Amino acid sequence: MTSATSRPSSRAGQQPAGDAKPGTRPKPAPPAGAPVRLTGAQSLVRSLEAVGVEVVFGIPGGTILPAYDPLLDSTKVRHVLVRHEQGAGHAATGYAQATGQVGVCMATSGPGATNLVTPLADAHMDSVPVVAITGQQTRALIGTDAFQEADICGITMPITKHNFLVTDPADIPAAIAEAFHLASTGRPGPVLVDIPKDVLQEQTAFTWPPEMQLPGYRPTLRPHGKQVREAARLMMSARRPVLYVGGGVIKAKASEQLRTLAELTGIPVVTTLMARGAFPDSHAQHLGMPGMHGSVAAVAAMQRSDLLVALGARFDDRVTGKLDSFAPDAAVVHADIDPAEISKNRKADVPIVGDCAEIINELIDAVRAEINRDGEPKYDAWWTQIEAWRDTYPAGFDWPADGALAPQYVIERIGQLVGPDALYTAGVGQHQMWAAQFIGYEKPGTWINSGGLGTMGFAVPAAMGAKFAYPDKQVWAIDGDGCFQMTNQELATCAIEGAPIKVAVINNGNLGMVRQWQNLFYAERYSSTDLGTHAHRIPDFVLLAESMGCAGLRCDSKDDVDDVIKKAMDINDRPVVIDFIVGKDAQVWPMVAAGTGNDEIMAARGIRPLFEDDEV
Amino acid sequence: MTTHTLSVLVENKPGVLARVAGLFSRRGFNIESLAVGPTENPEVSRMTIVVAVEDLPLEQVTKQLNKLVNVIKIVELDPATSVQRELLLVKVRADATVRSQVLETVHLFRAKVVDVSPEALTVEATGTADKINALLRMLEPYGVRELVQSGMVAVGRGAKSITATSTR
Repeated sequence: MTSATSRPSSRAGQQPAGDAKPGTRPKPAPPAGAPVRLTGAQSLVRSLEAVGVEVVFGIPGGTILPAYDPLLDSTKVRHVLVRHEQGAGHAATGYAQATGQVGVCMATSGPGATNLVTPLADAHMDSVPVVAITGQQTRALIGTDAFQEADICGITMPITKHNFLVTDPADIPAAIAEAFHLASTGRPGPVLVDIPKDVLQEQTAFTWPPEMQLPGYRPTLRPHGKQVREAARLMMSARRPVLYVGGGVIKAKASEQLRTLAELTGIPVVTTLMARGAFPDSHAQHLGMPGMHGSVAAVAAMQRSDLLVALGARFDDRVTGKLDSFAPDAAVVHADIDPAEISKNRKADVPIVGDCAEIINELIDAVRAEINRDGEPKYDAWWTQIEAWRDTYPAGFDWPADGALAPQYVIERIGQLVGPDALYTAGVGQHQMWAAQFIGYEKPGTWINSGGLGTMGFAVPAAMGAKFAYPDKQVWAIDGDGCFQMTNQELATCAIEGAPIKVAVINNGNLGMVRQWQNLFYAERYSSTDLGTHAHRIPDFVLLAESMGCAGLRCDSKDDVDDVIKKAMDINDRPVVIDFIVGKDAQVWPMVAAGTGNDEIMAARGIRPLFEDDEV
Repeated sequence: MTTHTLSVLVENKPGVLARVAGLFSRRGFNIESLAVGPTENPEVSRMTIVVAVEDLPLEQVTKQLNKLVNVIKIVELDPATSVQRELLLVKVRADATVRSQVLETVHLFRAKVVDVSPEALTVEATGTADKINALLRMLEPYGVRELVQSGMVAVGRGAKSITATSTR
């Protein structure tokens, strides 16, 4: 990443995602459709403007340099200079998860592009609409092992929805239009556009809109009516149904419809890690999160269910546990926009391919028709059973015996004091699971995390991206001390570019989740999990925060938790980092150990709720 | 495991073969043979892929292939209702003592001799995998010096075309 230019940001101190910077001269707009002569780089920036890009996260370098010149003149597209390309990728993901719009990142060829690999894989696993634009060596040098050359199209083939190597500047508008179309429609995902430097420099004609040529791309949006009616019929006749809600419901912006369907039928709802917020946590029908660290009620309800209605979910191994003992008595209705997900892991009895919003709308109509004919379904016995699980095994935690601060308490208080209007991001590990369990989510898009890939270091850059999307909302990154040390350099970006996020470092001095597994499955042999952040206070997160232009706070006692959170909420002129010193022995419960069946769920150490078979 | 023959219409663009091959290896599907070439439409290439999988994994193969943006259409061809052919070129040792016997075998299989030298004959044969294998079994005793085989290509019987409606 040679930053061949180090131009000081002219936008320092401005509010994020604000209006165009002052003092630039807007170019006269060409008449619509008429070709204009310009460089490939100008064509690229025009194309980004035309598809409605507001913010691009990136770092310039040798081969992408031509694109950064017209970017300086753009009044519509704001470029945010990040500190590492991984930060650019996760910021684009955070922006996309918060808004549902395409997030955009930019990098130079070679190492700049390869630094995007992790965020692209992350966005691919979580179906996030992201477009990455990378510079590439000049056409004549491709394949010669030239300086900063990497075959980024080859490298990212398995981790993008699609990618393009643009070899003719005339193709730039179509490549950008197609990239944004592919990223944001059907099952969303990341798309990479790789553009050689000389293609950016060459003169070309620009016309908009370009003609998209995607003869092999026809996502199915409208569900099959017969399948929908069959699903509705099963929902009415089932005795122990569960609505198994996945991230697809958030992607399809179908939360309202989901609520209507749930209330119409009275069927209990579980929301996966990717769907937290798709259905209000405060709703009486919500059983919480299923899976490895799900609530006992959610896991038990699925295990004992006779009908799973999967909506935009993919039967991930972290949800199903050992597949052959997962929900053994359940018939499966599987609704997803991606036909390849249907019957991939669990055979669907009623497959429905389509957009979740359309599917749920049609399900509502079909269920209404059933109710009008046969009356409302009765799941009373089922609910009695579920309430018993809920009452016996509520979410909770124990205070550490050594008097240390409980991490769960810190996260719970953040959720309670900051409230459901804020956006929350997380890294990966114990703090992520606690943030999923102990913060109440009421709205879609307020919980942003790395589910499928499990990318440590996601929280800070994702929070930055979300803050640029919603500058007026509070954005809290719930992070661990391990994760935080992977990507905290983006705090400098946040401070300089004006993204006052809050970071709660749940600092237990260890790679907590790995330590938990070593405690449970490796005879308490703690191999390489102590980070020394407690023993040596290296780094000192307060000083680290201050060195990057952030406010640094510290809290190690229960009595100070509320005060420090409130103090952080009152600081809005710069990012805030709170170093919460918490006990290292806290564990995430409930837990289904990897490779075991969900019936083996442990509500807490030594407590196994589903040992007795309690049938409805 | 049974073998299935898939005809896959793809956009004639660079990198498409890599996308298809990468998908197969990534998802753990085995390719028995793969043949690719142009079609009557210059913008479309046609791949014939033979895979050995059970029915359920086959469904995953076709669904995953369909997700590739450059894949336009996939049709599974049933051996009973399609014509399936492979091409074989084989260099067989055939000096004067055995040449007439080799030639007799070649003629029995309606194969062709396409190159002759004092020591060897090069034989060209087309046909189903069974016929090609049978011919090879007959030629092996004489000494196969070199052989090359194409992947299978196949087309459905009858007047219907799989390409007609698929390319806009």
